[in-house]
Formats: sequence, C-alpha cells, structure tokens
Amino acid sequence: MKLETIAFNNLRRRKSRMAFLVVGLLIGVATVVTLVSLSNALTADIQHKMENFGANILLTPRSDTLSLSYGGITLGGVSIDSREIVQADLVKIHTIKNSRNISAVAPKVLGAVTVDNERVMLMGVELDKEFHLKKWWTINGEPAKTDHQLVVGNTAAAKLNLKIGSKLTISGELFEVTGILDKTGSQDDQLLIGSLPTAQRLLNKPGTVSLVEVAALCSDCPVSDMVNQIAEVLPNVEVRAIQQVVKTRMHALDQFRTFSLAIAAIVLLIGALVVFVTMMGSVNERTREIGIFRALGFRRGHVVRLILMESAAVSLLAGLLGYLVGMLATQAVLPFMAEHQVALHWSPVLAGLAMLLALLVGCAASFYPALHASRLDPTEALRAL
Amino acid sequence: MSFIEIENLGKTFCSDADTVVALGQIDLKIEDGSFLGVMGPSGSGKSTFLSIMGGLCHPSEGKILVEEIDLYRLSSEKRADFRREYLGFVFQSFNLIPYLTAQENVMLPLAVKKIPVKQKKALANQVLERVGLSHRLTHLPNQLSGGEQERVAIARALVNSPPLILADEPTGSLDTATSQEIMGLFQELNEEGQTIIMVTHNDENRPYFDRTVILRDGNIAEDSNRRPKVVAQAG
Repeated sequence: MKLETIAFNNLRRRKSRMAFLVVGLLIGVATVVTLVSLSNALTADIQHKMENFGANILLTPRSDTLSLSYGGITLGGVSIDSREIVQADLVKIHTIKNSRNISAVAPKVLGAVTVDNERVMLMGVELDKEFHLKKWWTINGEPAKTDHQLVVGNTAAAKLNLKIGSKLTISGELFEVTGILDKTGSQDDQLLIGSLPTAQRLLNKPGTVSLVEVAALCSDCPVSDMVNQIAEVLPNVEVRAIQQVVKTRMHALDQFRTFSLAIAAIVLLIGALVVFVTMMGSVNERTREIGIFRALGFRRGHVVRLILMESAAVSLLAGLLGYLVGMLATQAVLPFMAEHQVALHWSPVLAGLAMLLALLVGCAASFYPALHASRLDPTEALRAL
Repeated sequence: MSFIEIENLGKTFCSDADTVVALGQIDLKIEDGSFLGVMGPSGSGKSTFLSIMGGLCHPSEGKILVEEIDLYRLSSEKRADFRREYLGFVFQSFNLIPYLTAQENVMLPLAVKKIPVKQKKALANQVLERVGLSHRLTHLPNQLSGGEQERVAIARALVNSPPLILADEPTGSLDTATSQEIMGLFQELNEEGQTIIMVTHNDENRPYFDRTVILRDGNIAEDSNRRPKVVAQAG
C-alpha cells in the first residue's frame, strides 16, 4: 500500500470521470500531433519534389546585351547569343564547396536545323540525364538511346507529320523517331531532342553548350550560395537560381504551420480547462475522503502528491492515445493534401513529446485543485453527515 | 505527569452574527491505559472536544499535552505526523474509503510510511485478525456488514500501534447486538492496555468506560470513575 495504490484504485472506480479527463486532454494532444506530423509530411513532400523534379539553377552564356525575350516571345529574331559555354569547363561545377548538394548537371546545345524545308529547333542533350531530370515528360514510344535516334515535341511532330518509327534526314544524316512527347504546354513542344554529340556536330558547335540546368538536392540547401560558388568557378557564365515556385510553396507551408500551432494552442487550452474543472469537481466530491486522509496523518504534501499522481497517470494515457489518434488522423488526411505519396513516420520521439506535453498540461491544470484539496478542513471528516 | 494533560481548554466559534462558546474551560488529566467516555447531549461540545484532541481543530485558548508534547505548538504538518504516530481514529459512520479493500483501508495510515509493502500487509493482517476479520481481507466496504465495517475501522485505528485511540460515536449506526459486540472489543483492547477516549451520547455504552466525563454547554458537568484502574492500584 502506497500513495500510488490509492490513486490507481480511485481512477479505477471513477471510470467515467477518468474517461472524460482522458478525452479532454487527448483531443488537444491529437490536434498538436496531427498538425505537427502533417506539416512535417508536407515539408518532406515538397523536398521530395525539389529533389526529383527539375533544375533549380540555370547556367546561360554571359551576355552583354539586354535580353529581348520574355515568356517565349522573342523580339528581333535573335535569341541565341553568339557566345557559348565551353563544355569542358563544366567539370568545375563539381569542385564547388556545396558540390555534394548537386544531383544533376544537364548541359544542352540548341540550334536551328532544316527538316523537309521547315526550320526547327534541335536540342542536343545527355540523353540519360535529361530524361531522368524531366520526370514530367511523358514519352509515347521510347526515349532516344543512340546518336541517331530522336524524341520529337508534340507540336513539332504534328507540323512535320512525324510518327513513332518515322525516318527523317537532317543535313544528310538519317534519324529515327523513337518517341513523341505528350503536350507539355512549354517550348519543349517545338523541339527535336537528340544526343548532345550529334547535335554539336550538326550545329557545328563542337565542345560547346548553349545552356546548363543544374539540380540541387534539397529545398533547404543554400541555393543562393551555390549560385555564387558556380559563378566563381565559371566567370563567363550567367548563373541564376530558379526558386520562386518553391519559395512560394514553402512560405504557404510556414503560414500553415503558424496557423496550426495557434489552433493547437487553443485546443490544448480548452483541454487544460476541462482537466481543471473536472479535477476541481473531483476534489470537492472527495472532501470527506481527503479529510479522512488528513485525519489519518497524511501531510498536505501527501494530498497534493496523491492528486497530481492521478492526473499524471491520466495525462500519460491521454498523451499516448492522443499520439495514436493524431497519427491516424494524419494518415487519413494526408492523401488529400500531399500530391506525392509521403510515408508517415511513426516517431517514438514525437510519441514521447506528446506524452510530455500531456503530462505538463495535465499537471499544470491539476495543480490548483491539488493545492485546494490539501487545504480542506480535516474536521469535515469527523462531522456527522 | 499524566499521559494527557488538558489545561484551561476553550473553543469559541465566531461568525458575523454571534459568538458561540463550544467549550468553556476544560481541565482534565487522563492516565495511560484509561477508557474515557465523553458524554452529553448534542451541542454540548463533545465533537469539538474530540476534534481538538485529534489535532484537527485549533483551540481558542489553553493547551493539550500528550506525553508532554504540546500539540498546538506543532506546525500543521508536524501535527499530521503526530496523528499518524500517536493517534488512531475511529470515526462515526466508519469513514472507510469505498474503493479500497478491507486490507487496503487498514493500511491507509501506513501508506505514507517508508516501510516495505510486505511488512505493511503483515501489520494489517495482524490487526484484522485481532478484530476477527482475517477472512474478509479483499472485500470492499460495501460487501461488509455494518459491524464488519466498524471492525475494519477499529483495525485501521490500531494498525500503527498508537498510544491513544479516539472514537467518535462508533456505535451510532449499529444495532444493539452489534453495538455490544463492538463495545466488548473496545473493552478487550483497553484491558490489553490501550488508552481510549470515546465520544458518545448512548447511555448503554457507559458501563464499559472506566471513567465518564459529562459535558453540558461546553463545560464538565460530571466526572466520575466507575471502577478503579488496576494499574492505578498497583501504582
């Protein structure tokens, strides 16, 4: 027989009151867990996209003139500067300080060729890298694999009347169309896409590239630092970061996080109030019992400990259940919020934090009731009913 | 020096409207091993007297010395320790904790003591056997008869071997036969040397006391010895 025995037996007997306490705290904890794990999962979702979809640093030849092109509209008919990037210089990109954050370097050469008397843009790429980087490309047929195979943009294919398996001649060389891109809505629709060495030969641009797309690994790696680092090793190249979209998304997520923390705080506060009112009621109901304890020689401190022990037990249970409920709720809601399949992490750390949070809120809300109980007049126990 | 010395004890309850004198001036010496009955009509100050004796209610004046300890010069937490070590309470209407078994109820005064649980259980079983309830250890109060509940309450008062037992109307809610049984048990305990102070208004209990103090309007109206103490004779 210890104080714990009394606390647990009391909780066991007053099951409905205990259930009420647990539910009151559980809702608060579950809300916090849901919102925290949801925003973590959404951040992971965005990071995943950043890592897998597209470039976030663009290298173009440094130009002394202002660009006359915007949104695909080019004035003056001159869009390709006479300067090009030397392909051999690109290995320097891997010497920068943050080189381990670079997941792909995709150089390409651009130039106009004539096919059946139509002028068309040929883009030479490192085939494997490009198809890996542009996950949003849907290719009908097969990606090009050899130097004399091409993938054709949707509009270009229609214009040139090309189908999968069609043959065409560029500058006297025979090519086979292995795949046609689904409409992308971008300039990619207008292109013939072939291998880099072939395009360099056809366009007479040996050893040079027109632009380079670089994919950095993660959303929070220092893209602007990397831009500076690359500009340092490639002084004749214009280096720009494409991060506007990601920044907007992250900003929205930050707002969601702040908003959810505010909601969670309110729900927790209500939970704390439920605990306070219930414990206060419980203490008043147990006036006589507490009087008996005091008469039998319990100190005030013992009474406080007894009440806090009960609320600690209830809080830990509510914390654990709140974690489970919160994770299940996240699992239910996540598919509607994340575009990509995100795995939910059942983290013991979050479970521990949930229980700690419940313990803190539960004990803080029970402290005054416990103090009140310890100050009850023990003579109540001796008075006749 | 007597076991208990009560000097000039008074208690006045004040409210906005008026002042009620619950106890006038009480002077009493109680010897070790006595069985004192405190009787009187309701409102005579019996319960106030017992509350003050139990260290639960501060007197307005005077003092109580138990084995030379001045009870109300102790801090309230020390008085709680005093109750645990020196007193056994038997309350009116038993006052058992409904969600604890007979054994657990008896162990209550030991709950905050730092002794092994095994030893606490052994002590509880020993006193429950003494009051004839060794077969009811795991029963909850509502599974026990009135007489059995009273016995559990007595066992609880005995478990820490206190020098003094305070009993408040212990037969108040029992039928005549059971009352006699319980009073017989108190008498046996007293004959084994236990000091008992019992508050009651039931005249039928009077023959069991070796000394009876009758209170009227907060003052001692009568103080009589029924039988001389064996211990006193020997002394």
